[in-house]
Amino acid sequence: MEIRAEAITKRFGEATVLADVDVHVHAGELVALLGPSGSGKTTLLRIFAGLEQPSAGRILLGGEDATQVPVQARGVGFMFQHYALFRHLTVAENIAYGLKVRPRASRPSNAAIRARVTELLDLVQLPGLERRYPAQLSGGQRQRVALARALAVDPKVLLLDEPFGALDAQVRRDLRRWLRDIHERTGHTTLFVTHDQDEALEIADRVAILDQGRLEQIGTPDEIYEHPATAFVAGFIGEATRLPVEARGGVVRLGPHALALNGTRLADGPASLFVRPRDLVLADDGKANALPANVVAVRRAGPARRAELHLGEGLPTVEMELPADAVIGKGDVVQVALTRLRVFGG
Amino acid sequence: MSRTMMPETSTRGVPAPPAPSAAVTDEAPLTRWVLIGAAVAFLLLFLVLPLIAIFAEALRRGIAAYFASFADPDTQDAIRLTLLVAAIAVPLNVVFGIAAAWAVAKFDFAGKSLFVTFIDLPFSVSPVVSGLVFVLLFGAHGVFGGFLQAHDIRIIFAVPGIVLATIFVTFPFVARELIPLMQEQGTAEEEAALTLGASGFRMFLTVTLPNVKWALLYGVLLANARAMGEFGAVSVVSGHIRGLTNTMPLQVEILYNEYAFVGAFAVASLLAGLALVTLVAKALLEWRYGDALARTHRHG
Amino acid sequence: MSLATHATTFRFRQPSALPGFGLTFGFAVTYLSLIVLIPLGVLVARASGLGLEGLWQTATSPRVLAALKLSFGVSFAAAAVNAVAGLVVAWVLTRYAFPGRRLLDAIVDLPFALPTAVAGIALTAIYAPNGWIGGLLAPLGVKVAYTPLGIFVALVFISLPFVVRTVQPVLADLDREIEEASATLGASRAQTVLRVILPSLLPAVLTGFALAFGRAVGEYGSVIFIAGNMPFVSEIAPLLIVIQLEEFNYAGATAIATIMLAIAFVSLLAINLIQAWSRRRFGHV
Repeated sequence: MEIRAEAITKRFGEATVLADVDVHVHAGELVALLGPSGSGKTTLLRIFAGLEQPSAGRILLGGEDATQVPVQARGVGFMFQHYALFRHLTVAENIAYGLKVRPRASRPSNAAIRARVTELLDLVQLPGLERRYPAQLSGGQRQRVALARALAVDPKVLLLDEPFGALDAQVRRDLRRWLRDIHERTGHTTLFVTHDQDEALEIADRVAILDQGRLEQIGTPDEIYEHPATAFVAGFIGEATRLPVEARGGVVRLGPHALALNGTRLADGPASLFVRPRDLVLADDGKANALPANVVAVRRAGPARRAELHLGEGLPTVEMELPADAVIGKGDVVQVALTRLRVFGG
Repeated sequence: MSRTMMPETSTRGVPAPPAPSAAVTDEAPLTRWVLIGAAVAFLLLFLVLPLIAIFAEALRRGIAAYFASFADPDTQDAIRLTLLVAAIAVPLNVVFGIAAAWAVAKFDFAGKSLFVTFIDLPFSVSPVVSGLVFVLLFGAHGVFGGFLQAHDIRIIFAVPGIVLATIFVTFPFVARELIPLMQEQGTAEEEAALTLGASGFRMFLTVTLPNVKWALLYGVLLANARAMGEFGAVSVVSGHIRGLTNTMPLQVEILYNEYAFVGAFAVASLLAGLALVTLVAKALLEWRYGDALARTHRHG
Repeated sequence: MSLATHATTFRFRQPSALPGFGLTFGFAVTYLSLIVLIPLGVLVARASGLGLEGLWQTATSPRVLAALKLSFGVSFAAAAVNAVAGLVVAWVLTRYAFPGRRLLDAIVDLPFALPTAVAGIALTAIYAPNGWIGGLLAPLGVKVAYTPLGIFVALVFISLPFVVRTVQPVLADLDREIEEASATLGASRAQTVLRVILPSLLPAVLTGFALAFGRAVGEYGSVIFIAGNMPFVSEIAPLLIVIQLEEFNYAGATAIATIMLAIAFVSLLAINLIQAWSRRRFGHV
C-alpha cells in the first residue's frame, strides 16, 4: 500500500520540528528517512503512525486521508527504537498481543494465534524462544521479537524507528541484510528512520534526507550520492570537505585559483565547494582546473591510501584517494584536478 | 517537592557491602565495631524496646486476660470501624493515585509540578490540623454547620468525618509510589499497544497495570497501615463516642486513660502486629520485586 | 533551529496519542480539590478573617507562646539528635556487613508503620518511674515521662527514619573511587571521611533534619501520652489546638494551626532551597 505525507508541518510550542514536508512511499518500497538528530525524522514517522498529530498537512494511507484516523485503526506496524517490548509478557505473548486485543468477532482462534506466533518466530529466526521474557533476550533478539510483533497484525505499512540504533556495530551489519531480506519476502511498504547513511544507502530503495525539519532531497541511493540536491546533502553524504569559494561570471574562485563552472548555474556571490576524496586526481601541469597542492600527510585508509592536501592559505585541508602506484610523500607539491565540481550557493 | 519529601518510601536498596578487606576505603576494625555497636544500641533502645514493651504489657496478666480483653464489645466495634474506614479510604485513594499518576507521568501539561506539590501537601500538615480543617468545614460552627444541622446530617463526630480525615492523611501514598515509576517507564509500551490495535482501556489493563502492580501494592500497604493507625486527625473529628465513632487507636487511648492497661496494650498489640506485617511485606516487595518499584526502592 | 519560530498560542497540554488525559486529570483535580485544597483553603480563609493582629494576639498569649516554644525547641533537639544518630545508622547499614543487618534495616521504618498512639503508650510504659528504663533513671533523680524530656524521647522515636532514609541512597551512590582518589593523594582515612564523604552527605543530612523537624513539630499521638500535658511546662502546640476545639473556640484553634502551617511551609521551603543548592553544587540531592 502506498503512503504519503502531504505538506506536513509540526510545531512543538515555539519550535517547528517539521516544515511543509512531502514524502511519498510507493507500495512495496523500502524507504529510509535519513538525517542528523533533531532533523524531525522520528517525528515524521510518528505522525505516519498516528502517535503524533501534525500541526498542518495530511497523511494518506493507500490514497485515503488518514490524518484523523486514531493510531489503533491505522493498521501500521511500528517498531520502536528501544523496542518497547511488554516486559511482563513472554515473547509469544508479546507477538500475540495485537491479535488478542482484537474484538471477539475478528479475533483469530487461540490455535491460529499460536500458529501465527510460531510462523513469525521462524521468519525472524528465533524458534523455541516463545517462553522467554524480554529481559532474558539479547539486543538483537529483542529487535527481532519487536519486528515479529509488528508483523503479527498483518500491517499495511511497516514503520521502523532506528531499527538498528541500539545494537553494536557487527550485529547492525548482519541485521541490515536480514531486514532487506525480510522486506523482500513479505513485501511490506516500509519506512524506516536512521541517522546512519551507510545503512540508508545500503538497504533502502529510496532515501529521504531531512535537516532541521525540511526535506532536503528524496531519491535513490545513487541519485543522493552522485547528485546531491542541496549544500546540506552534499556535506552530509560521503566524506566531503567544504571549501568556501566565491562565484563570479561562470567561474568560482578558490583562494588564488579560478575554476571553470562548466555549465553549472550559480548566482554570483559566496558559495561552497564540496570535495570528496575520489573527486581529486593527480594532474599534469597546465591542465584545466589543475591546482597546486602541498602534501601534508599520506595515510592508509583501509584498502586505499589517501593524501591530505593543503590547497592554499586559510583553506581547510582536503583528502585525495591515491592510486596504488602513486609515489608521493609528505612535503611534496603536486598538481591535482577536480573531476567534478559540487558547488552550492551560500 | 522531591522524592526526599517521602521518606516512608525512600531507599532500602542497600547493596550488600563488599567482604571486609584491607581496602583503603575501609575503617579500622575497632572503629567499625564501635560504629556498628552504637547504631545497633540506638535502634534497639528506641525501636525494638518499645515494640517488646507493647507485647509484654499486653501479656502482663497472662494469656487469658489478653484474649479476654477482645471480648469487650466496644473494642470489637472499634476493630470493625477501623476495617470499614480503611476499606473506604484506601480504594478511593487507589483510584485517585492511578488517575493522578497517569495524567502526571504520561502527559506534559502546564502546572504539573504545582499539581505534584499539592498531592504531597497532606504529608506536611500536622495530623491535628488535618482533622481541624474538616471541623472548620462541617463542624457545628463550620462553613456548612448550619446547613448540615438543618438537614440532620452528621459528619463531624460521626463516621463520615473519620473517613474524610483518613482519606486526607493517606492521600499521597499511592500516587507518590506510582508517579516516579510510571515516569521511568515512559510511554513506549503504551504506544506499542495502541499501534497493535488495543483500545485505551485494554492498553491500560494489559500493559500499564501489570507494569505497576507491585508498586501499587506497595502504596496500598503503606496507605492501609496509616489508615488503620491514624490517631491525631481522627481523634479531632471523632468525638470518641464508644461503639460508634471509636477506631482502634482511639480505643487504645480510652482504655489507657481508664487505666485498663491490659486492654489498651492488647488492642495496641493488634496494631503493632499490623505494623510488623506491613514492614515484612514491604521488605519482601523491595527484595523480591525491587525492579518493579520506583528506582528509589531498588536493591542496589 | 534556523526555521522561523512561529508564535503559537499557549497550550495547556502537549498533544499525545495516549488516551485518558481528560478523564484522569479531571478526576484527580476534582478529588484533590475536594479532599485537600478546599479544606486547607477554608483554614486559610478563616485565618485571614482573624487578621494579622488577631493571629499575633493568639500567638503571643503566654500559654500559646509557651506551647510553641516547647514544640519547636524539643522538635529541634530531637531532629538534631537524629541527624547525628541517623547518619551513623545509615553509614553502618550501608557500609558494613554484620549479622542482622537486613532486619535492622527493615525495622528503621517502624515509626512510619506503628500507629502513633501505640508508640505513645509503649514509650510511656518504658519511661514511667516504674518502667524498664524509667525505673533505672528514677534513683538518679531523672524523670523522663510526664516531663519535656519525655516529649523529646517520643519525638526522637517518630522522626528517627527521616535522616536514615535520606542519607542511605546518597551514601550508596557515593563513588568509592573518590575515596580511593583521596587516599592516593595522601589523605588519612579520617581526613577522607571529614573532607570528602561528610561534605557530600551534608545536603542529605540537612534535608533529613528538616523533614524530621517538620514531622516532630506537628506530632500529636505519641506525645500526649508521655508528656503529662501541663500548661506552660509540657503542653505542645498541637494539643492546644485540640483543647481549643473542645471548647468550640474555632478562632483560637485556627490561629494556632495557621502559625504551625506557616512554620511547616518555612521548613518545606528550607528543604527545597537545600536541594536546589545541592543540585547546583553536587549535581544530586
